[in-house]
Amino acid sequence: MSTKKRYERPIITKYQSGLMNKFGSGPSAKAKTSIDEVAVSKLVEEYGSPLFVMSERQLRNNQQNAIRIFRTRYPKVQFAWSYKTNYLNAVCSVFHQEGSLAEVVSEFEYDKAKLLGIKGSNIIFNGPDKSRAALQKAIKDNAKIHIDHFDELYEIIDLCNSENLKANVAIRVNMDVGVYPLWDRFGFNYENGEAWQAIKRIMSEKSLKLTGLHTHIGTYMMTAEAYRIAASKLASLANSIKREFDIKLDYIDMGGGFASNNTLIGQYLPAEQIIPSMEQYADAISSGMFEMNATGSDLPALILETGRALVDNAGYLITTVLANKRLSTGRRAIIIDAGVNILFTSFWYKHKISPAQESGVHVEDSSLYGPLCMNIDLIRESILLPAVKKGEHLVIEDVGAYAMTQWMQFITMRPNVVMIMQDGTVELIRKSEALNYILDRELLPKQLKLK
Amino acid sequence: MVNFIIPENIAISESGFLFLAGTGETFTLNQIGKEIFNLIRSKSSEEEIINSIVNDYDIDKATAHKDFADFISQLKHYSILKEA
Repeated sequence: MSTKKRYERPIITKYQSGLMNKFGSGPSAKAKTSIDEVAVSKLVEEYGSPLFVMSERQLRNNQQNAIRIFRTRYPKVQFAWSYKTNYLNAVCSVFHQEGSLAEVVSEFEYDKAKLLGIKGSNIIFNGPDKSRAALQKAIKDNAKIHIDHFDELYEIIDLCNSENLKANVAIRVNMDVGVYPLWDRFGFNYENGEAWQAIKRIMSEKSLKLTGLHTHIGTYMMTAEAYRIAASKLASLANSIKREFDIKLDYIDMGGGFASNNTLIGQYLPAEQIIPSMEQYADAISSGMFEMNATGSDLPALILETGRALVDNAGYLITTVLANKRLSTGRRAIIIDAGVNILFTSFWYKHKISPAQESGVHVEDSSLYGPLCMNIDLIRESILLPAVKKGEHLVIEDVGAYAMTQWMQFITMRPNVVMIMQDGTVELIRKSEALNYILDRELLPKQLKLK
Repeated sequence: MVNFIIPENIAISESGFLFLAGTGETFTLNQIGKEIFNLIRSKSSEEEIINSIVNDYDIDKATAHKDFADFISQLKHYSILKEA
């Protein structure tokens, strides 16, 4: 057995006076050697690097916790899993097993939910792009169609009248909740009366049943008060509907947009110190909802389409150090095998990144680059990391939301995705791509074939 | 064989805290960084320093060479060291 000391490359760090702050969350020197008690080294050995890892346990904990928090504040709560946030079948299935509906924003997502075994009546169909064929399918399936604009409303009316169908519809409402920019490109505006116009048009059509109201005020919302204002405005609309048409709505859908624990680039304080808790979001929404003139069983259900806040901290990206470099300024640069093509969120988040093995206590301010031969491939401009050697691993945390839907095949292939199950076993849930995956879609005109 | 000179007005503590009296700048070095700094100051050659690291630490000679070169470039960048 070697009696030699553990090697760490020589490091010199300059002290910067006047730059410290009392809120700092400290450097990422603490190693993350395992995920849900499974060793990172074992995962890489078996499934390669880079590697996305989802935690079933964390997904279920997040969902159960959110349900408990909302149900202790409002009697009828229903979550709907936001497919665009992460539509891997294994992830969607966990949320469906926990009782979630499917919330989809395209025909592709709609079909994906159906293939997974979700009934049309348990699908919320959102978004501005619904083809006539997709609407026809959704109407016949009794899906919950959330109308985005008047052209869509008239298309549905035409479809129902020409084919003698009945549709369950809600409208998406946009409004001023004191947060800018206003998301007024989606749905009908509350303040200028457009939403009320749409409601009146729906009520005049026998083929349409108005089942709910929907809003989605933004994304990564850092104030809970905006949700209270939104819920209050929808409650006011619901009261007007009851008064004018004597209709009780089945549900109010408050959308999603709750922030996760990721810190935004340019944000001074760490996210965990400034984003509202799930309890604060729930307090705000329920207090707005209770402005409705209804009690007990007459209260509509509260639907939530929370995506990011339920999935982000259940996702990890394991990556390997390809090289250490020194930039012309003397700054340390580390090149890893995960680029911005598979971690789009690094354009707006300062992800938490930790070494996957024990390291020395000395840290160096480093820039973290991906493997793409593109200048934009920067995962973190500045991060304090200990000396990591070629071949060692880093773990990037809170990558469960959007990374696995917005990723793209570019220069490199998209990697394996595994899920660590509650019983500690590891399941492959999406296979890495190979050259054939790309070539299968390509056609080469015969006159271009090389001899 | 290149030898290096460290100015007299640079002080280093037992724990690797380094002070440039000329400019007032302060730095911290990890254990190996401190050892290399002290070896340079005691006039050891590059080859002697590399051999000492490879003897004491669990590292191959090529990596030790690579990291030594990188460390020297950092010391030069901060004007802590000059080539003789």
